[in-house]
Amino acid sequence: MARVLPVVTVVAAIVVFWYAATVWLNAAWTRDQAARAGLSVTFAEVVADTMAQERPVLPAPHQVAAELWKSTVAEEVFSRRGIVQSGTLSNRSLIYHAWVTLSATLVGFAIGTVAGILLAVGIVHNRAMDLSVMPWAIASQTIPILAIAPMIIVVLNSLGVSGLIPKAIISAYLSFFPVVVGMVKGLRSPEPAQLDLLRTYNASAFQTLRKLRLPASLPFLFASLKVGIAASLVGAIVGELPTGAVAGIGARLLTGSYYGQTVQIWAALFAAAIVAAALVGTVGAIERRTLRAMGLLR
Amino acid sequence: MASVIEAEGLNLTFQTGDGAVQALKDVNLAVGQGEFVSFIGPSGCGKTTFLRVVADLEQPTSGRITVNGMSPDAARRARAYGYVFQQAGLFPWRTIEGNVMLPLEIMGYPRGERRDRAARVLELVELKGFERKYPWQLSGGMQQRASIARALAFDADILLMDEPFGALDEIVRDRLNEELLRLWDRTGKTILFVTHSIPEAVYLSTRIVVMSPRPGRITDVIDSPLPRARPLDIRDTPAFIDIAHRVREGLRAGHVDVV
Repeated sequence: MARVLPVVTVVAAIVVFWYAATVWLNAAWTRDQAARAGLSVTFAEVVADTMAQERPVLPAPHQVAAELWKSTVAEEVFSRRGIVQSGTLSNRSLIYHAWVTLSATLVGFAIGTVAGILLAVGIVHNRAMDLSVMPWAIASQTIPILAIAPMIIVVLNSLGVSGLIPKAIISAYLSFFPVVVGMVKGLRSPEPAQLDLLRTYNASAFQTLRKLRLPASLPFLFASLKVGIAASLVGAIVGELPTGAVAGIGARLLTGSYYGQTVQIWAALFAAAIVAAALVGTVGAIERRTLRAMGLLR
Repeated sequence: MASVIEAEGLNLTFQTGDGAVQALKDVNLAVGQGEFVSFIGPSGCGKTTFLRVVADLEQPTSGRITVNGMSPDAARRARAYGYVFQQAGLFPWRTIEGNVMLPLEIMGYPRGERRDRAARVLELVELKGFERKYPWQLSGGMQQRASIARALAFDADILLMDEPFGALDEIVRDRLNEELLRLWDRTGKTILFVTHSIPEAVYLSTRIVVMSPRPGRITDVIDSPLPRARPLDIRDTPAFIDIAHRVREGLRAGHVDVV
């Protein structure tokens, strides 16, 4: 109860603020419509209308909630194309689109994490890599992903690679960086005395990596993975934008904006947020289990 | 008595941001098999540096040093010594047993022998029953005992100890000193022990090397006439007080000619 109350209070405050903003932002359109029809509207009528518009500037929370319900449970359970009746996910449901994005995210995250760890190991063990790789890694992150994503899609498409892989690569492009930065710091975190100790045992560089540097780097790795997996999701969504709105949360955002379907955009944004929260939460749960098993968390 | 460690005209100069620091100047010393030699002096006198040169953790600028008749590098590769640092430095993700088995894993001992050896040395340092505990579950004194067990696990003839009890309180330190003497007596190892406590040096050693700083050098070497069996209350005997006095004089003399 002591933990629920603050959360409920904050959520309630956000919802109240959101409804107020809905009225404020959508009222202009309502008044405009009324003026054109030569009608006069009361304040109560304005408020009621701002929350039920088809293409509001800002949809009301219950509209977004209804859209989320309609495009997930209602679509899959009750619709002809849903998984219950057809056996496959409906291409009009957010579950389908979220899954498309999620699979690219997970593949990209895996590539980014492995690449990040390998680069970090190279940077820590090789002076030439230490001096040369990091500036490039930093430079790679200063390029706006929106600018480079279409290039990657086009280049890979001309090589005959399309579908999930190009999106996963954009996703990996965003997620390898926090892993490199965190792992370099983590692999260098052992104290000089611990490194001296292994030297007195005449341990090889590989033994030092396996017995000391890698275990010591795990808390740093998990912190990076939480940032990395959220970045992976952003990368996958951005990767879906230039593909011409085929499928995925990015495609839903794009079609929503083509047709001014703000309710659909907001529902897709919430779907992305829910997926992100689930991903970060999963990494956090694995982190707690692992660190506790290693005696690093009491 | 065969010499285990021999240093002749050993010099070591560190290049630092504000000029060269002579950490060791013309150090000559021979340590025999089974000796317990303490190095005492104020900070900056080179006592730790000398131990690190023996361990091949620092390279001397000039002079000659052999460990077991080999260069320090060869001796390190032959795993001729165990090193105990001031901080226990146990790996927090390993149990006490896992920490003690770390050198054995690196040196390629088979699994069964690793367990046997860990059990034996943990009993030697009176940590039997704590195998499955993690370092944070142990007191500072117990952690340091575990780190001594780790240094003993692979049966090196030489034990290098760099202020191992410096961070512990007096009561714990007394107990560990007593245990260390017993351990030395049972194993017959050659021990080099760095400290800045006069009673600790006198209580433990067969020989006390007094050092002084700027430049780091040996100012006196005192042979202890105390018997091998030393109860703690030997520290109240005239013989003990006499050696402690000589050490103190040596430290003061070393200090005077710099000031």
